[in-house]
Amino acid sequence: MQKTDYTIIGGGLVGMATAYGLALLGQRVTVLDEGDTAFRAARGNFGLLWVQGKGHGMGAYAQWTQAAVGLWPRLAALLLADTGIDVQLRQPGGFQLCLSEAELADEARVLQEIQAALDVDYPFQVLDNTELRTRLPGIGPQVVGACYSPLDGHVNPLKLLHALYAACRQRNVTVLNGAKVDDIRQVAGGFDIRAGSRRVPSERLVLAAGLGNRALGAMLGHEVPLQPSRGQILVTERIKPFLHYPTTYVRQTDEGTVQLGDSAERVGFDDRTSVAVMSQIAARAVACFPQLEHVRLVRAWGSLRVLSPDGAPIYEELSAAPGCFVVSCHSGVTLAAAHALSLAPWIAGAKALPDVSSFSLQRFTPMSEVAHAH
Amino acid sequence: MSLEPVDLLVIGAGPAGMSTAIQARHHGLSVLVLDEQPAPGGQIYRNILDADARRLDVLGADYLAGRVLAQEFLCCGAQLVSGASVWWVGDDKQVHYLVDGQARVAQARRLLIATGAYERPMPIPGWTLPGVMTAGAGQILLKSAALLPTGPVVLAGCGPLLYLLAVQYLRAGIELAALVDTSRFREGLRAWRTVPAALRGWRDLLKGVSLLATLKRAGVRHYRGARALRIEGDDQARALTFEHGGDRQRISCALILLHQGVVPNTQISWSLRLEHHWSPAQLCWRAERDAWGETSQPGVFIAGDGGAIGGALAAQLQGRLAAVRIAAQLQHLDVHALTRYAAPLHKSLSQRLAARPLIDALYRPPEESRIPADEVTLCRCEEVSAGDVRRYVDLGCLGPNQTKAFGRCGMGPCQGRLCGLSVTEVIAERRQVSPAQVGYYRIRPPIKPITLGQLAAESVPHHSRESA
Amino acid sequence: MPTESLFTQMACEFPRHTIEFDGRVLSLPGGVSLAAALLASGVRSTRTTPVGGRPRAPYCLMGVCFECLVEVDGVPNCQACMVTVRDGMRVRTQSGARALTCEAGEGSDRHES
Repeated sequence: MQKTDYTIIGGGLVGMATAYGLALLGQRVTVLDEGDTAFRAARGNFGLLWVQGKGHGMGAYAQWTQAAVGLWPRLAALLLADTGIDVQLRQPGGFQLCLSEAELADEARVLQEIQAALDVDYPFQVLDNTELRTRLPGIGPQVVGACYSPLDGHVNPLKLLHALYAACRQRNVTVLNGAKVDDIRQVAGGFDIRAGSRRVPSERLVLAAGLGNRALGAMLGHEVPLQPSRGQILVTERIKPFLHYPTTYVRQTDEGTVQLGDSAERVGFDDRTSVAVMSQIAARAVACFPQLEHVRLVRAWGSLRVLSPDGAPIYEELSAAPGCFVVSCHSGVTLAAAHALSLAPWIAGAKALPDVSSFSLQRFTPMSEVAHAH
Repeated sequence: MSLEPVDLLVIGAGPAGMSTAIQARHHGLSVLVLDEQPAPGGQIYRNILDADARRLDVLGADYLAGRVLAQEFLCCGAQLVSGASVWWVGDDKQVHYLVDGQARVAQARRLLIATGAYERPMPIPGWTLPGVMTAGAGQILLKSAALLPTGPVVLAGCGPLLYLLAVQYLRAGIELAALVDTSRFREGLRAWRTVPAALRGWRDLLKGVSLLATLKRAGVRHYRGARALRIEGDDQARALTFEHGGDRQRISCALILLHQGVVPNTQISWSLRLEHHWSPAQLCWRAERDAWGETSQPGVFIAGDGGAIGGALAAQLQGRLAAVRIAAQLQHLDVHALTRYAAPLHKSLSQRLAARPLIDALYRPPEESRIPADEVTLCRCEEVSAGDVRRYVDLGCLGPNQTKAFGRCGMGPCQGRLCGLSVTEVIAERRQVSPAQVGYYRIRPPIKPITLGQLAAESVPHHSRESA
Repeated sequence: MPTESLFTQMACEFPRHTIEFDGRVLSLPGGVSLAAALLASGVRSTRTTPVGGRPRAPYCLMGVCFECLVEVDGVPNCQACMVTVRDGMRVRTQSGARALTCEAGEGSDRHES
């Protein structure tokens, strides 16, 4: 077994972006990935590169997200150069559509509060239906208004996953598929990882297995508080291009299909769809763009978001297992560029990230202490 | 939601569905049958109630036999909804369907899936060109619209249906340019090892033999052991070329009908996440069923070709077995009566299925037209080639859900019906593992198309949404 | 363009219907699926694919393959094999992906895309 500098557990968007970033720095990387029927948040996402609304009450997250979208053009260019795959990055700005005055007021307030807490620029606009109609022709009368951020965008998330795999291969990352990790031991000089009959010794380790990080953290004596949150998405037949901006409820992909979302359900590890929620999503989509009424649904799916207690990422070098990093988030698409071009260098010790402590696991412990106090 | 549940909901009004309904009604169950077509019969007895005398002559006695069944079905007191497209089945046996653009829901105590079979895909170069259809399509055009080929037609592939269609066309006076048969005598001889069991199914075997004899007497050009089939043409089919006896043959033709067997329609059974296993003998997925047809989900049954290919008569027997079992489960039949009904049905069924292993072996589709060269389109909807899928495997994809993510293969309107088997086999071959280890597409709703407006209407409370 | 049909009808007891296909008037057998009727009247290709613009035609005739998609009375992507032909139908080749507006919908604006 070839010696590896880093082993990354998890071949999804987080794991592969991190692997790519480390490979760009000349590190030897091995990725262990579970298999065809794993939960795979990497295959179940909306494709948004979304800034607005993130990091309310946590300025570091808002800034981290902003930095990520700023890095995205570079990631897209690197992937295109390495693989020939165009991940269809578009950053024209995006709209958070609101179907009631209360919703619009709430969203606007959140953005104002985020803006006030930051010392960097945080541009956004609050639009009413009339103004919205000039930007999004075909928007329905039930849409009261929207919040617009020029920093928002979207990408084709499946092409992104494909491109990351191809780029990692190009850069000699070893990917072991069908390898579900069942044991991790700390040994002299690093870690001993067991996946079925395979043994992978590694100097350093990155846990990027999404919901699987919980069990992996436990193997090293750390609690990693991640919970699944199901989101359901509908996808329509292909349509000639009509929607040139991403919105939170409706997004037209580069293939012409329209994605409609979403939901946030606490149903455990159940990634099936439910007719009730699908119906609500459909109704909301038609409210946003009435012309969608006669468009056919081709598929619907559910996927499990990887949620920390405050919804923000977890980036930490484990105190009980130095050399082992936990990397977790629910925005693997938006943050992919940051993972590849900022986080990976930090993991490799090549770059300082002054705010990274904001994303540490430690921030959850005081909260549970508070809970126990009652 | 207050929906009056029906005792038994049957999806599909082919021989299995009709027989289940008739038997269930006999025991006093309330039955609702949802069928996509405008009239009952499924595909094998398509349009049986309206076919005129001339068509019946051409199609033959086996087709005519469906008429009595269909008539009995219409009189049995089951509620039939024709033109019903089932787009989702919840795991609480709630069935969501569309009729005339209206979304409806029905609740059942027991569910019987009788969705039958469809043609196995035959991915050869040029198979997506206009002018290329399945042999089943040829039969459907004949049965439902009295259409016959105008000019010479080529039939290519293997399997009894191909011979049957050839004989039907001969009866109708149609010119057959050629029968290009990929099955070989050598394989046939190997298959005869299964003969002793198959002798109980001697009727089926004789049928195949007599079809071939008819073709021979009529002097049809029959190329056996054909290989490397390829359809030529730019915007439509112009010719079929193939290798035979060491030579490359070319037959000019604008209409080419392909066939290499039929496979179970497993969209609904997969969508319910029922247990399936891969059958190396039949080269397809089969839902697990007990002797009564009950699947891994209690209360959900499958009868007929939708579970495993067995033919129309086996389908009827399975339908009746499921019905008596369901009747007993719902306390309409006691245990002794159940045994009395079931014993002869089980016996007939095993006789019916006795010839299957021989037929499967004799007409096993060759690997080259299941696992084709790189250039051949596998996913017709999204235009993904076999070579593309192999590249995804080389990048690390272990199964069809991962390859779907990389290349959209299986994400088009047909939802994997025409590419699923091919993709599983191509991946298996590339990885050098069995198809059982590779698995199949995750089947998601909707099973059939539904518009956003129709789906949205389900959120709105609607009084008359029960079965009616 | 007039082409020889690949299929002809056996008996004459089917009524004749008149429909419009891509702007031209076609006389074809009624009481059958639109796919069968189009094939009988000489139509060879009924759509072009959204990915590669390739011509396609009905393949399975039983609603499984989704190749026979056509626009019927302004509604795009209808499976011709699952629709019974009607006198006066306006049918068009489905050229690639559909447009958003549906002429059949009431109150929908014309939208240039």
